[in-house]
Amino acid sequence: MKPNNILPPKLATRFLLWFLRDDLAEEVLGDLEEKFYDKLEGSSAFQARLDYWYQIFNYLRPFAIKNLNFITYHTMYKSYFKIGWRNLLKNKGYSLINIGGLAAGMAVAMLIALWIYDELSFNKYHDNYDRIAQVMRNEVWEGNLETDESMVTGLATLLRTTYSDQFQYVVMATQPADHIIAKDEVKFSEPGRFMHPEAPEMLSLKMLYGTRNGLSDMHSIVIAESVAKKLFGDANPINQQVKIDGQMEVIVTGVYEDIPYNSEFNDLKIIAPMDLFMSVNTWTDYNSWNNYFMRIYAQLPPAADPKTGFKAVSAVIKDTMKDHEEKDTYQEKEGILLHPMSRWHLYSKFENGESVGNERLLFVWLNGIIGIFVLLLACINFMNLNTARSEKRAKEVGIRKAIGSLRSQLIYQFFSESFLVAFLAFVFSILLALALLPWFNDLSGKEMQLPFANPYFWLICLAVTFITGLLAGSYPALYLSSFDPVKVLKGTFRVGRFASVPRKVLVVFQFTISIALIIGTIIVYQQIQFAKNRPVGYSRAGLLTLPASSADYRGKYDALRTQLKNTGVVSEVAEANYPLTNTLGNNTGFDWPGRDPSFDPSFNTIVVTPEYGETVGWEVVAGRGFSRDFSTDALGVVINESALKVMGLDNPIGETIRFKRDYFGGNEFTIIGVVKDMIKGSPYEPASPSIIFPSIYDMSWLFIKINPNESASVALPKIEAVFKDLIPSVPFDYKFVDDEYDAKFRAEERIGKLAAFFTIFAIFISCLGLFALASFVAEQRTKEIGIRKVLGATVPQLWQKLSADFVRLVLISCFIAIPLAYYLLNNWLQTYQYHTEISWLVLAAAGFGALVITLLTVSYQTIKAALINPVKSLRSE
Amino acid sequence: MKETRLGDFEEVILLLVGILGEEEAYAFKIAEEFESQTGRSVSIGAVHSTLSRLDDKGFLTSEMGKATAERGGRRKRIYTITAYGQRVLKEARDFKVSLWRQFPALGTDFGGQI
Repeated sequence: MKPNNILPPKLATRFLLWFLRDDLAEEVLGDLEEKFYDKLEGSSAFQARLDYWYQIFNYLRPFAIKNLNFITYHTMYKSYFKIGWRNLLKNKGYSLINIGGLAAGMAVAMLIALWIYDELSFNKYHDNYDRIAQVMRNEVWEGNLETDESMVTGLATLLRTTYSDQFQYVVMATQPADHIIAKDEVKFSEPGRFMHPEAPEMLSLKMLYGTRNGLSDMHSIVIAESVAKKLFGDANPINQQVKIDGQMEVIVTGVYEDIPYNSEFNDLKIIAPMDLFMSVNTWTDYNSWNNYFMRIYAQLPPAADPKTGFKAVSAVIKDTMKDHEEKDTYQEKEGILLHPMSRWHLYSKFENGESVGNERLLFVWLNGIIGIFVLLLACINFMNLNTARSEKRAKEVGIRKAIGSLRSQLIYQFFSESFLVAFLAFVFSILLALALLPWFNDLSGKEMQLPFANPYFWLICLAVTFITGLLAGSYPALYLSSFDPVKVLKGTFRVGRFASVPRKVLVVFQFTISIALIIGTIIVYQQIQFAKNRPVGYSRAGLLTLPASSADYRGKYDALRTQLKNTGVVSEVAEANYPLTNTLGNNTGFDWPGRDPSFDPSFNTIVVTPEYGETVGWEVVAGRGFSRDFSTDALGVVINESALKVMGLDNPIGETIRFKRDYFGGNEFTIIGVVKDMIKGSPYEPASPSIIFPSIYDMSWLFIKINPNESASVALPKIEAVFKDLIPSVPFDYKFVDDEYDAKFRAEERIGKLAAFFTIFAIFISCLGLFALASFVAEQRTKEIGIRKVLGATVPQLWQKLSADFVRLVLISCFIAIPLAYYLLNNWLQTYQYHTEISWLVLAAAGFGALVITLLTVSYQTIKAALINPVKSLRSE
Repeated sequence: MKETRLGDFEEVILLLVGILGEEEAYAFKIAEEFESQTGRSVSIGAVHSTLSRLDDKGFLTSEMGKATAERGGRRKRIYTITAYGQRVLKEARDFKVSLWRQFPALGTDFGGQI
């Protein structure tokens, strides 16, 4: 019989009643209970319960399920949205602020997400993305483990032969460099490389003409579409003859689609066969083991696992250099490794021989966080406004409840309103993002587009919209719907003293972020200015530079110099082995009087023609510069102040320094002069100690100083005429050193502009929220203001009273934001050796600025409220 | 338009309602009877669903019966076959018998005992 202690599972019963038609409840429950106890007699309680659940799930049939009257529901939702829409129209100001703020936040978040996606999808253009790697080399250098990409040709040959079973392709490539490509009279220089013939296949180039095997013949070349357009227009370029660097005749065998900007090979516009390089550059061959000037790329075989393959092959090839190094000591941690393509962009830094995240990765994180914050700020506005207006809508809630509205219906009501706003904001945000995108691309140096054709884009956008609506609507929906109708309608309903606390916290949070961003923007700007104003040690004005490595320049330097000077628009011409704006060429192994034998620092070694000093306008602090008048100058050197400091010579002029090898035309040099440090490398780092050698041979970089009395527009055509006359086969491809130098600031300027952009948005969004909040508070306190006025309060007093609340909140934000910003920015500045200091003035100014903005925003509303005629405000009701 | 065809499972359930009679023909008992007669298991929900469909088609009527203690004092819905239902059952049987008669291998064994 019926054992009283065992009952059917309650949860199952509740579940049943949730979906079961009400009129069936009695009979069904009865049947199920009978079944349960019937079952219990023959089997265990567990089995009986399980069977009970089974029976209940079997009642999930159309006939038994509650009548979901979709028509009624549809009407209900229609009503929700209609009411929501009317609410929007009724409060046009609030709605505008709500939707506008949210749209702005969403648009910014969208742009940032796009930017992050772009950064993460770098190099994915190449089909073999996850199997390509660059061969790198770990080497102990001055006690540190350094990782370098310069390789010897011998290694590439070894990997291609002995280790061919480990790779699908091994491709050696020269460093990217400008090469002159000429077709009859059309000539210009394009970045290109000499590579092994498998390169097009490995990089999966999309061929427009010809095939990927185009480089199999030594006298062939494949070019990018943009180059083909410039050379041949729309004609088919295949089998056309072109000339590279004025000396190599080749035939175009292929044209490929330009590699997009988000690939490391973006600037690969010309690919010529490595065999051609070897035939022209007889000073090297495929089996050199002491000249590190090549890059090597490798692709793993199709069967290799992209996750573990690189590590495994790295281990196999690690010590391949060991027997070929000319060094006496080879340490265990040195060796060859593979750097996978997927890590090239965001993990290009090496620490102790391992690739680690670089600054770009940091910015991906930073921007991601900022994007979320901006979106959060916008959501906070929305919540704030809604909760602030809750008292106003309390009556509505009361009446709705009194008429018979269920709490769930009110929740739906408020959620549908917030979804409506979120969706409208989403539509506007797309328009806004579209409008901002060209400018944002310019700012970030990218060519991004909104991926409208991508379903994931829409999916993510809608998901974000939905979450935003949910987040923004949850507080009003859950809080407002909980009001007790009796109290609300009776008028005894009071929002508690602490009801506004969350709202205040949100305002403080908003302003903390805004103030921190203001400070950040100012400091980034100051840092850039600080570095820009640093003395560079030479004169950039009117200084032109151009590469002179082409064979056509050989032996023409003197004639070029004379003719250029004869034009009268050029004051001096010089050549050097390296550009002015980098610090290539470093050597150790120098000796000078009084050197500690264990001290072997590295010097930046530059070789220049004697006119270099006059051309770049260096500042001699002791001795003199080079001169052709002194034959002894051939073994003289000029050092810079940093070098002098390193050497610690009291009286440097006339001292002798020695070099271990015979590189620079001798191994014993006399110091003839000391010059001020020239900033060739990073403007944020101290100048490297330099030793400058004279030479009268041809070198790779040409410098032309325009006569200061002539304008560039007059001088350039005359200079070009000389070039056309003397070296017709080479384009006059000059650059201003000024521009080159400014390029060093681009990364920081970009950060600065992005920071300014985010700051403006954050402030804008915060102010919108504050404005709406102030107007709401003013409206709510209309009666109070009226009574105060009747009792004799003046407008300034009222303004003070109403503004004080907000000022207090912003002050709190200042106290949080200033130390926070100081800490973060100070850390950032420490990464630069030459950096500005954060002055308290900036911090104070930011706080003060925030206060002023707050007062301006709030005052409009408070003064408006204070000016209302008390008769009007007190008469109502 | 009302559905008047009788499915196989429906036919069995309809017959069971007739077999169980006045007192016993409610969903749980019908399901149990089905299990004991056929050896196949069936959920009460499935039986209930069929019963309500047969009700809709007019083959059955139902009314709430008496409450009993086993069911926590709840009443049960007792089903009875309508005249229309009986006629449909008969037609179904006659149709099948006529088919069996035309089946040469077994046709003659069937001499009108039913």
